[in-house]
Amino acid sequence: MTWDWEFAWRIMPRLLEGLVTTVQATLLGITLAMVLGLVLAMLRRSEVRAISWPTAWVVEFIRSTPLLVQLYFLYFVGPTFGLTMGALTTGVLGLGLHYATYTSEVYRAGIESVPRGQWEASTALNLSPVTTWGRVVLPQAIPVVIPALGNYLIAMFKDVPLLATITVLDVLGEARAVGAQSFRYLEPYTLAGLLFLAVSIPASILVRQLEVRLARRP
Amino acid sequence: MPVDLDVPVHPRMSEVEGSAVRFQQVTKSFGDLVVLDDLDLDVAAGEKLVIVGPSGSGKTTILRVLMTLERPDSGLVQVNGDYLYHEERNGRLHAASQRHIRQVRRRIGMVFQHFNLFPHMTALENVSFAPRKVLGLSRSEGVEKAKDLLSSVGLGDKFDEHPSRLSGGQKQRVAIARALAMEPEVMLFDEVTSALDPELVGEVLGVLRDLAENTSMTMLLVTHEMGFAREIGDRVVMFDEGHVVEAGPPEQIFANPQEQRTRDFLHAVLDRK
Repeated sequence: MTWDWEFAWRIMPRLLEGLVTTVQATLLGITLAMVLGLVLAMLRRSEVRAISWPTAWVVEFIRSTPLLVQLYFLYFVGPTFGLTMGALTTGVLGLGLHYATYTSEVYRAGIESVPRGQWEASTALNLSPVTTWGRVVLPQAIPVVIPALGNYLIAMFKDVPLLATITVLDVLGEARAVGAQSFRYLEPYTLAGLLFLAVSIPASILVRQLEVRLARRP
Repeated sequence: MPVDLDVPVHPRMSEVEGSAVRFQQVTKSFGDLVVLDDLDLDVAAGEKLVIVGPSGSGKTTILRVLMTLERPDSGLVQVNGDYLYHEERNGRLHAASQRHIRQVRRRIGMVFQHFNLFPHMTALENVSFAPRKVLGLSRSEGVEKAKDLLSSVGLGDKFDEHPSRLSGGQKQRVAIARALAMEPEVMLFDEVTSALDPELVGEVLGVLRDLAENTSMTMLLVTHEMGFAREIGDRVVMFDEGHVVEAGPPEQIFANPQEQRTRDFLHAVLDRK
């Protein structure tokens, strides 16, 4: 089998469409993971055990099961419990939930990196818990964790093809469809791989730069 | 954690006597280590009380309990006649709500050994932040107040510096201004010169001396600076192993200590110099 440029050119729009879906799922998924992860990290620090323990269990449970199982569960078992969502929505939810358990650990490390004295000064100044979190602790904790969050963004991007199993047509889904229709696999899969590289390498460089810049901050 | 006490509230003696701070039978342990052992301590309004004693004697815990950074295991703490960890309802004492604690805590300020400035804020923001958030000052009021206070501690030219660009002595002066900005009635100073290079101690002590002489604020100072303690203290408390060993005017404690433990301690400290 030789490389057919004309065929490759012809299937490119479909693959790009898939790439848009992939990027979309990643951005929505990471947003969910970043917000939910922070909430989980804060709940887990709660002094009320009725809050912190269940949170810790949920995090452990989700982290210890494969993303694919969670996707299947949400998509195929969800409707049994009246939870019916579109494929992409389900995929984003699955990615977001799964990665939230990782980002929550990242946030936790960031929060723990804030010295105790910062909390004590906040108490001594009688700051409310909301002010202490929002204006003292998180502004110090989050810059530290941005590079780690960036790495999860890239990891998530590479996990999006799993969504093909629940009928989301991402890059890989489109490539597979093209292959199934034309019986040519070389071009679609090669292009799919290249498209992934074309996004993830610049993204890695950006994350790396961000890391350097944050490290240089006073 | 203080529990509900099924005892009648006794008359508010502190109101009668005008105590700013009163500890009654306060006990605090960390595991097997008893750091406050049935502590009774009264501090009069406006008094400058210096607490000295060996390291690890629990003297810092007195301040930390008062600042609600450590909860006492038992006993009562009063600030200007109000219970810090308890609320009175129907003539009985109950464990206080967070809200009540915050309300009473508002009268207390603290300066820490390691400054604990907010590193992501400038000197000006460090000082103006809490008055704006807690006392409800407007931005311009807060800034004006912060500028006044920073100038009064000799940092009129450092408004926009972040703490990382300040020396230890400057940081500690910002921290003092930050605590003062909340207008506390009682100020706690926890070994505020211990983390400083020797040549920077003087500038911080100068600010404290100024406060002691020119304000009616009640001050509790834990320090290892004996000369300074002697100079500004109205009363000195020698504290060891969870107990007040001896308390009295500086002249008595330093020149004519009654207890062997005090003598031993002073010997050890003064010999080191």
